[in-house]
Amino acid sequence: MAADQITEPVAPTEPTKRARRWPAELNILSVLVAVAVGFEILGWLVQGQSFLLNEQRLTIIILQVSVIGIIAVGVTQVIIAGGIDLSSGSIVAATAMIAMSFAQSSDYARAVYPALTDLPFVVPIFVGLAMGACAGLINGTLVAFTGIPAFIATLGMMVTARGIAKWYTKGQPVSFPTDGFAAIGSGIWPVIIFLAVAVIFHVALRYTRYGKFTYAIGANAQAARVSGINIRRHLIKVYAIAGLLSGLAGIVTCARAQTAQAGMGMMYELDAIAAAVIGGTSLAGGVGRITGTVIGTIILGLMTSGFTFLRIDAYYQEIVKGVIIVAAVVADDYRQKKRHRA
Amino acid sequence: MTALQVEQATQQEAVAVGSDFLLEIEGVRKAFPGVVALDDVSFRLRRGTVHALMGENGAGKSTLMKIIAGIYRPDRGTIRLKGREIRLESPLDALENGIAMIHQELNLMNHMTVGENIWIRREPKTRLGLIDHSEMNRKTDALFRRLKIEVDPQAEIRHLSIAARQMVEIAKAVSYESEVLIMDEPTSALTGYEADHLFSIIRELRRTGIGIVYITHKMNEIFEIADEVSVFRDGRYVGTHAAQDISRDDIIRMMVGREITNLFPKQTVPIGDVVLSVRNLTLPGVFRDVSFDLRAGEILGVAGLVGSARSNVAEALFGVRPAQSGSIAINGREARIDSPRAAMDHGMAFLTEDRKETGCFLILDVLENMQMAVLNGAYVKGGFVQDGAIGLACEGMRQALRVKTPTMHECIENLSGGNQQKVLIARWLLAKPKILILDEPTRGIDVGAKAEIHRLITELAREGVAVLMISSELPEVLGMSDRIMVMHQGRVTGFLDRAEADQVKVMDLAAQ
Repeated sequence: MAADQITEPVAPTEPTKRARRWPAELNILSVLVAVAVGFEILGWLVQGQSFLLNEQRLTIIILQVSVIGIIAVGVTQVIIAGGIDLSSGSIVAATAMIAMSFAQSSDYARAVYPALTDLPFVVPIFVGLAMGACAGLINGTLVAFTGIPAFIATLGMMVTARGIAKWYTKGQPVSFPTDGFAAIGSGIWPVIIFLAVAVIFHVALRYTRYGKFTYAIGANAQAARVSGINIRRHLIKVYAIAGLLSGLAGIVTCARAQTAQAGMGMMYELDAIAAAVIGGTSLAGGVGRITGTVIGTIILGLMTSGFTFLRIDAYYQEIVKGVIIVAAVVADDYRQKKRHRA
Repeated sequence: MTALQVEQATQQEAVAVGSDFLLEIEGVRKAFPGVVALDDVSFRLRRGTVHALMGENGAGKSTLMKIIAGIYRPDRGTIRLKGREIRLESPLDALENGIAMIHQELNLMNHMTVGENIWIRREPKTRLGLIDHSEMNRKTDALFRRLKIEVDPQAEIRHLSIAARQMVEIAKAVSYESEVLIMDEPTSALTGYEADHLFSIIRELRRTGIGIVYITHKMNEIFEIADEVSVFRDGRYVGTHAAQDISRDDIIRMMVGREITNLFPKQTVPIGDVVLSVRNLTLPGVFRDVSFDLRAGEILGVAGLVGSARSNVAEALFGVRPAQSGSIAINGREARIDSPRAAMDHGMAFLTEDRKETGCFLILDVLENMQMAVLNGAYVKGGFVQDGAIGLACEGMRQALRVKTPTMHECIENLSGGNQQKVLIARWLLAKPKILILDEPTRGIDVGAKAEIHRLITELAREGVAVLMISSELPEVLGMSDRIMVMHQGRVTGFLDRAEADQVKVMDLAAQ
């Protein structure tokens, strides 16, 4: 054996082909199609009209999906890293309140900061993103340095951020944004933002060191550390980004509603987690893809809209939604086990 | 039934059935998607004997064992227990049929007491239907006395040593009146003294008529404890011999199907300058005043019994758990190593002792596992991983190290232990280390892969890499090292040169 054969990689004579595994997304995509077709058929049977071919309805679905989707992308990478983030919904509310207070128009007499009205729209955006990232940074620091479970750290943030949202104006809504700010939430903008976020993080998770480290830490934190990965620093980044994206979702939400309220984003964290998990992200860490999460988000959106379209009582909706989420995870888990039995 | 009654029952049965076969497996086949793990395998276990199963990793021992323990169902073939054909549906089913398995990863509940673990599902109850703890402890005591085990029935499992946990598992199996006991590498985490104790318990069990299927990679154990040896290779049964009629070389030949002429192909290579100089390294309560020099091209073996803190020293050197005082100098310059990252920046690499816990990313694929240590510098541009370049480098490593895997995208969990280890070695070689720390580089891997890894280590030394090799296997340390550092309870007790070192001298320093 030549001296350089071991430490100098030899040119492979017969490179193994990049094996095309059955993409996990196909399974979940088929569920999406089944849900859509199901509602379509039921639509004709029950309501005598198409479910999907209704521009207005589709627009509503897509807009609803966008906000949850932005959050779900951040939550997905947290879960892949072996964590969880329960604070997203509350961060949405807190950032909405704070961002909106810097976005108010001077036409409104009772602005939160009368001296700071008619600011350019980048100011509230920056404030909102900074607020979200800051909350995420605190989550990440707690998880990385205190050793308390992510569930507890982010549960604390969930309560605290909701409290901040209420305390900020003593429960009063903040309204009347400038036209510039309101534009972020209007028309197709939320969808564009969502898709941009999804693409960026799809690429980041698959093709960058950031992504590889995220999977590695979720798969085996000990091994990741011994491989030279600075786990603490990376976890802080992951949670900070999740917070930043929740902040972004908060900005979009309040810009679209043209008002911010302390009750906004209630339970969004659970929808986001559900979307990630339906999309194939494993709560055990190390497994998950943004494409799956996007599909998972759309499935959730279709279900909410479909039930309303079929005039199913809102109370039933939640019962069915809960059952479907659990069923999806059970089915996925079963499939995983089958694959690993070999 | 009390432990005493259990004893009487097993003894009576032993007398009644005599030397009949306890367990007979015939023509068993088991296939998994893409691989036939066992093909037409037969195996017979006599009452009151210890029957060793040998074979390289992937030979099918584990699969056979899991079939006997009811974890897998065979595709074909029959299992007869005391002449009666049985069909096992689950591990519980096997247990109720008197077949118990003691897993390599012990299956005990860490936060429950010894007694609770043994009698779970069968807890003695008071008249009110509550668990009768005093009765439970009494029963456990009786059981332990019989097996000559000294463990406190009321201790929580997590406070026990690995050896003690193993004893508890064995006692649990016996408490089910098991007649067939399967032990999967029971001594892999035990010290010599603990292993001896285990052997005396095994002999005791054998005397009462229990048949023991004993899986091991350690050749000397065969001759110490086994009555019969069956060898498997590539999912097929090769043969069975009485342990007294067969030699070590015969077994190795049967296992690999070829002669391994030199298990430790150590070459003498020129030894260079000191690259790593450690002085008075101390971590209070763990190790103290560890000092040594390591030269380029040198293989420094580290020997010592469990509890000698060898691995802790390695962890300190690599910054996993840094020492509190003392100094580490690399190429003559003081280095502050407070994290694995810092150690890597100084050209160090560390193959950890526990492949599953601190080595592999079990759910990730071979490629991802291999590239993990070089994502910090080379192969990454502007945060983007250069998939082409890194893929090519990993593929080169795969070929150089002869890693057997269907593709680079195979989940590493599906590889044999030896191939997993090669992937981890490849991970570190990609980083082109100058100092390589190997902690039990061949633990739990088969003879063929072992020889390959030894050849590789020698080759690296020839290229000028300084190697620190910790090993519990004396023949490995003696065969591979230029020098041997022996530790005992956190202290270096001596150095031996290759020429003067032998088993007796090493053990002398290790046991003090």
